[in-house]
Amino acid sequence: MQLYLPIADLPVNVFLVLAMGAAVGFVSGMFGIGGGFLMTPLLIFIGITPAVAVASVASHIAASSFSGALSYWRRRAIDPALATVLLCGGVTGTALGVWAFTQLRALGQLDLMIALSYVVLLTTVGGLMFYEGLRALMRTRRGALPPRRTHNWIHGLPLKMRFKRSKIYLSVIPVVVVGIAIGFIGAIMGIGGGFILVPVMIYLLRVPTSTVIGTSMVLTLVTMLFATMLHAVTNHLVDAVLALILMVGGVTGAQFGARAGQKIRGEQLRLLLGLLILSVGIRFAIELVIQPSDLFTIRELGVSG
Amino acid sequence: MIRVLLAIALVLLLGGAARAERLIVSVSNHRVTVTPNYSGEELVLFGSVEKDATTPADRTAYDLVVTVMGPRADMVTRRKERTFGIWINTDYRQFLQVPSYLALFANRPFDAITSPEIARRQQIGLNNVLLTQRVGGDYADVVPHDVFRSAFIRLRTQRGLYREDSSAVTFLTPTLFRTGIPLPGEVPIGTYQVEIKLFANGAFIGKTDTAFEIVKVGFEQFVANSARHNGLLYGLATVAMALMTGWMASIVFRKD
Repeated sequence: MQLYLPIADLPVNVFLVLAMGAAVGFVSGMFGIGGGFLMTPLLIFIGITPAVAVASVASHIAASSFSGALSYWRRRAIDPALATVLLCGGVTGTALGVWAFTQLRALGQLDLMIALSYVVLLTTVGGLMFYEGLRALMRTRRGALPPRRTHNWIHGLPLKMRFKRSKIYLSVIPVVVVGIAIGFIGAIMGIGGGFILVPVMIYLLRVPTSTVIGTSMVLTLVTMLFATMLHAVTNHLVDAVLALILMVGGVTGAQFGARAGQKIRGEQLRLLLGLLILSVGIRFAIELVIQPSDLFTIRELGVSG
Repeated sequence: MIRVLLAIALVLLLGGAARAERLIVSVSNHRVTVTPNYSGEELVLFGSVEKDATTPADRTAYDLVVTVMGPRADMVTRRKERTFGIWINTDYRQFLQVPSYLALFANRPFDAITSPEIARRQQIGLNNVLLTQRVGGDYADVVPHDVFRSAFIRLRTQRGLYREDSSAVTFLTPTLFRTGIPLPGEVPIGTYQVEIKLFANGAFIGKTDTAFEIVKVGFEQFVANSARHNGLLYGLATVAMALMTGWMASIVFRKD
């Protein structure tokens, strides 16, 4: 069934988009991530311009992270104080990101920037997660105990604050910085940034696993809502019809993904996620390095009359 | 179909005697509406060549070239080059106010209809249509073999937005003709100009023009307009929609 998208200005197959939303939703529910880093490339692949794809995916991630955050809230797995501090940074970062997005679009290097950031981020994060997952798996196989958590330089910073539900005592500076970085990256790349935020919170900020995913979902939710608003006001590129189809597919897929995820052990899950992120990153890298089938591209600067 | 027949009848009834030949044309639909299930459409252009007393007797066969031009827009063609091992956009050309949709139809090959000189002057064929480029500070159309120009036409043709077909116009009788105007799904919204040029024995003897428009209606128009003019409200509505969908999902799939 074909449906005409009013902002993207092209007809798409509803079932194809629904299926894409459900597939990405399944993965995102399974790993507790937004899944934007998979959704945006898929949309570009079916012919939607990168700018519209990035802007519309933001609202799709907002929907799936809200449904996730609600269930984590019921299980008291969200640290409100930590979320608030992260958000202060997140909102600033998103505003900076949308501004940079507009600037890069004018320069004609947006596609390159998106592709480059995908390569760098995905291969690094994916590689690290894969390596860490592999090590953890070896450890459990040998029956050794996981290494004790140690304090690092971050815990020496001033402006310390007590986050009760996470049971940690931490400076607000690194938390705000992480928020800014995630917000910025998210707005430019059309991703929630959950897949970066979760490892950063676990390994760098030493936030306990019990509150990590729920709290990161709150940050994803608010930055993506904010990004949707900013994209709608400044670039007028949010396609609400496209977003709605993605949301319906996404939230449904996420529920089944979450159930599937509970059946897999933590280390294996991290290994799989690392592998997935790494392969998407490598795909982007290959695309940049090999000669494209067409060296020319056209962009419309706006229709008049 | 009835509408087409009625219009043909009207075309045949009308007809004056102002010049040697008169072209009377009409399009099957002057207003194409884009609805949620729109996925492209084909319009029909038909018309007749009216002769009068001053028409030379030896003129029996006519040739026609139909040019359809969509709303004009500025476009940029970029070329990727290998820099530091990766392919990035380097050089570019700006095309100024070029048609977003362009179709050229004729009843036989363009070079058989008229001489290259007249074809260039009358902009017959994709190679001869004026596509103004800005090269640095200059405004000019360049030679047809220019890499940016030919890449531009090739990419637009791949998307079905530029096309030329020298067998699309059919003469039903020596003076009555018709042609189809295919519009792809991702067709630009706006006013389309249609120019019909008449040739006889290689000479350009007259032209006429008509137009049609493609408009978004109802829901599509509402969404597009609100996105453009009420960005804030539109954003809020999208945000509310996202929250509603997320909330509904957590209710529907709740496990207690």
